[in-house]
Amino acid sequence: MLPLRLENVSFAIGGRRIIDSVSVEIAGGPRTVILGPNGAGKSVLMRLCHGLFEPTSGAIEWRGAGVNGRPRQQAMVFQRPVMLRRSALGNVLYGMRLAGVARGECDLRARDMLEVVGLAHVTDRPARVLSGGEQQRLALARAWALNPEVLFLDEPTANLDPAATREIETIIGAIHAGGTKIIMTTHNLGQARRLADEILFIHEGRLVERAPVGEFFAGPASAEARSFIKGELPW
Amino acid sequence: MNDIVLALGEALRLIGGLDAKLTGIVVLSLEISLSAVAIAAVLGLPLGAVIAVERFAGRQALIVLLNALMGLPPVVVGLLVYLMLSRAGPLGPLGLLFTPTAMVVAQSILILPIIAALSRQVIEDAWREYEEQLRSLGARRFDAALTLMWDTRFSLVTVVLAGFGRAAAEVGAVIIVGGNIDGVTRVMTTTIALETSKGDLPLALGLGMILVGLVLALNGIAHSIREAVQRRYG
Ligand SMILES: Nc1ncnc2c1ncn2[C@@H]1O[C@H](COP(=O)(O)OP(=O)(O)OP(=O)(O)O)[C@@H](O)[C@H]1O
Ligand SMILES: [Mg+2]
Repeated sequence: MLPLRLENVSFAIGGRRIIDSVSVEIAGGPRTVILGPNGAGKSVLMRLCHGLFEPTSGAIEWRGAGVNGRPRQQAMVFQRPVMLRRSALGNVLYGMRLAGVARGECDLRARDMLEVVGLAHVTDRPARVLSGGEQQRLALARAWALNPEVLFLDEPTANLDPAATREIETIIGAIHAGGTKIIMTTHNLGQARRLADEILFIHEGRLVERAPVGEFFAGPASAEARSFIKGELPW
Repeated sequence: MNDIVLALGEALRLIGGLDAKLTGIVVLSLEISLSAVAIAAVLGLPLGAVIAVERFAGRQALIVLLNALMGLPPVVVGLLVYLMLSRAGPLGPLGLLFTPTAMVVAQSILILPIIAALSRQVIEDAWREYEEQLRSLGARRFDAALTLMWDTRFSLVTVVLAGFGRAAAEVGAVIIVGGNIDGVTRVMTTTIALETSKGDLPLALGLGMILVGLVLALNGIAHSIREAVQRRYG
């Protein structure tokens, strides 16, 4: 289904332009990190790509996508994932059933997923009483269980402590190693350095710069990116 | 004052002794109101869910209408059902007027808007929270409606109990379509109204106490269900 191609995509709410003429082609393979300050439009851009928002103008195309409706082989983990009022296992099963995974396969695979993200011990616990970090891992398991070709991750480690962040980053690495294209947002420079292969730098709704990660951090081409990197805190 | 005390004593004796007439009335009342609430829930909960998640022309008007219908006066419902079922009415040939069935119909109509409107509110609030997540997981609106009904199930229990409370407590509709026939269509509320006007206070008081006890018990149950669930499922 890749590459994903955006052509002059703009998005406005209430007359305010949040995404401004973004054109980009995202290919399969490397981990793409969308980087930018708070309010830059990262989450909105991701929702547009995932098909939750319709662009106000411009076009978003997947290779081989049907006329209407995004291809189903993509999944997203939200900045604030919503857990259903059922067990952790129930949450993973829910997505698989909607995706039409055969019932016989579901249970085993769902339990596997929970095991892999380190949640086997809370399999039957209600998802909503899990801690923030556990919910984030559960959200990853729920998305991963769909075996998506593309996985969108919106700030998957915001609000997590360093240990939990490391666990999540490890899981993301494993998902990528399994052949899933990773497109994620962050405003955390350290995380971008650790996880990205290429950087899309967004500022005030515009795609300001796109570069391989090494190049980007060695010498950003745009003034906006330079000042964003310079503003980095020492920890 | 003395009369009232005597009547109270007599009322307690009726309840304690499981007086046949009194239990008959209580059982009939429960049968009618539970049937009505079952019908209204089966229709009203899905209706509320559909209105909550679907977008269609006239949706706002429908919501306003449902909310307004929550305050429908029981006597008006009784009158409308009476007109439908009376000998000259369109459903007259069914011969349902002055039967418990007519009372069930009237109460169902009375509480359907309550259940639909309140569940619409509950489910729409949840939809706001869940929408993106569910769409992302590939849920169509129909899946979403079912999921939301399940996820709000404990709030919906309260909604259904509110409907039951309203049905069990109303007089106007059942007295018109039921006719308050002794041993056939006489329920708690209509009996209280009749016996009070006749001056037979013990039966009226006894039924009144049972009715209030019932409403209190239901609300207690609804409350503890919600509390328990909130603790368990977050
Ligand atoms: N539904 C909405 N209605 C109105 N404005 C919105 C909506 N969603 C986002 N915005 C606005 O669009 C801008 C970009 O929001 P977005 O959530 O994409 O930022 P972000 O880059 O993800 O920021 P953060 O790093 O804080 O998550 C913000 O100014 C936000 O207020
Ligand atoms: Mg964001």
